[in-house]
Amino acid sequence: MTWLTWRQSRIQFVAAALALAVLALVYGLTGSGLNHLYGLYGAHPAVFLAQVRTGRYPLLYFAGGAIMYLAPLVIGAFWGAPLVARELEAGTHRLAWNQSVTRTRWLVMKLAIGGGAAMLFAGLASLLLTWWAGPIDRAGGFPLGTSQLSKFQPIVFGTRGIVPVGAAALAFTIGVCAGLLLRRVIPAMAVTLGLFAALLVAMPLTVSPHLITPAQYTRPVTASLTTMAVSGNGQLNDPVKDMPGGWILTDQIITKSGSVFVLPDVPACQTGTQAQCDAWLAAQPLRQHVVYQPASRYWAYQILETSIWLAIAAALSALCLRRIRSVQ
Amino acid sequence: MNAIINTRDLGKRYRGRPALTECTLSIPAGSVTGLVGPNGAGKSTFLNLVTGMLRPSTGTIQVLGSAPAAQLAKVGFVAQDTPVYAGLSISDHFRLGAHLNPAWDRGYASARITRLGLDPKQKAGRLSGGQRAQLALTMAIAKRPSLLILDEPVAALDPLARRGFIDDLTEAARTRQMSVVLSSHLVSDLERACDWLVVLNDGRVRAAGPIRHLLAAHPGMTTEDMVLTYLEMTS
Repeated sequence: MTWLTWRQSRIQFVAAALALAVLALVYGLTGSGLNHLYGLYGAHPAVFLAQVRTGRYPLLYFAGGAIMYLAPLVIGAFWGAPLVARELEAGTHRLAWNQSVTRTRWLVMKLAIGGGAAMLFAGLASLLLTWWAGPIDRAGGFPLGTSQLSKFQPIVFGTRGIVPVGAAALAFTIGVCAGLLLRRVIPAMAVTLGLFAALLVAMPLTVSPHLITPAQYTRPVTASLTTMAVSGNGQLNDPVKDMPGGWILTDQIITKSGSVFVLPDVPACQTGTQAQCDAWLAAQPLRQHVVYQPASRYWAYQILETSIWLAIAAALSALCLRRIRSVQ
Repeated sequence: MNAIINTRDLGKRYRGRPALTECTLSIPAGSVTGLVGPNGAGKSTFLNLVTGMLRPSTGTIQVLGSAPAAQLAKVGFVAQDTPVYAGLSISDHFRLGAHLNPAWDRGYASARITRLGLDPKQKAGRLSGGQRAQLALTMAIAKRPSLLILDEPVAALDPLARRGFIDDLTEAARTRQMSVVLSSHLVSDLERACDWLVVLNDGRVRAAGPIRHLLAAHPGMTTEDMVLTYLEMTS
């Protein structure tokens, strides 16, 4: 089975190895430069980050993130989805399943070898890019406007550490299951892409924030149009600066009664100057309410999210193994 | 008499539509059995039940004394349209066979392909229908089965190749001591090779037994006429 799996998927194996080699070359070479830069300016993050914003570093930083997002999608659609669907489409499952190996064992081996290789590939890619972005992450994250993309931000979180390993396993298994249920390669690929992308978006929006009860604080602030951003609906926003590496879930300016403060129609702010409005705001008893996951929970979160992806992958694998017994 | 296939009231429905109904049969070991009937008579359904590719809706079936799929290594199956991997060469197929079958007969497989004049490096996708059928048959025999099942193996072959294929199969069955069950909708494909006959129509067994006995009951008839007589019977 090992030989057969290799023989049937060798294009994918070779493509993955090549992709990894190119990544290693590009990020290996530029990574040492980045580390050198951090060695020089690391003590002054602002200086270091100003350097990072120049040259090829922004492109490499965001391309790396995009690659880590695309990798599981490609693995699921081009590796997982055709695995069984191609056999069912061509009728070759009738050849494969009439050798001396049961179809259950056939699928177990395909899942184990294919899934294992997908996880290995994603793991190595993540190791490489996590190492590359290490200096930037240690400096608080890539500078973006007045804030930074810390490694705990949802958009970055899934591209670092061990989460990509779980994501690759899940995408691969979704592909295999879709192929087994739909019996055709192209629809299975489409469903895999759609379903996995949906999970990828839904996770940080709905599940992740509540995996561990978030920490929160409320403290008095002096609101000011000079230091705060005003959103279209009149809410004030004061970016949290003193929480490097944390994941801010909610950051609101609230009134004494606890409701969200909206800039009112007072003459000072309606027709007055900015200074007049600031003076009026300073007299209000406003507070800042922040709900967040502290930076210290980063690895707990990495383990939790990876475990969730792996658990869904395992459940789907079990479903496939049940289902394959009744495939005709 | 030692039965290699034993069925009792075997039935299979697809979404409520019966494909095989109340099939009770006992096919003896050592026989070469022909399964004949028009398209849609239930031949493929029966053979897929024997190999365990399908599960029965009703009744029971025993193959080599146990549940169908329990004896994977002892049953060789050449499925309809003789599926092979288009992207794999003949020798890749043999490696596949060697990896997935403990009793794989490497010498037989390569000798047979050489005798047929095929190049082992040829991709299966570039073989003619007849050559593909030969590859599928070679793989099924090389796993050293006790029972060899073939579903319309000669459907894609021209008349001359049909005769060669069937003779070859009969020869292999005798020298390698396999029982064989093969289906065709043409009696002429089967009568040269078979000593046993099962006539199927509308999902029901119309006749089953040694050809000699069936013919003895219809004096003066050819096998073809006799089969037609059974097919015209209604239940």
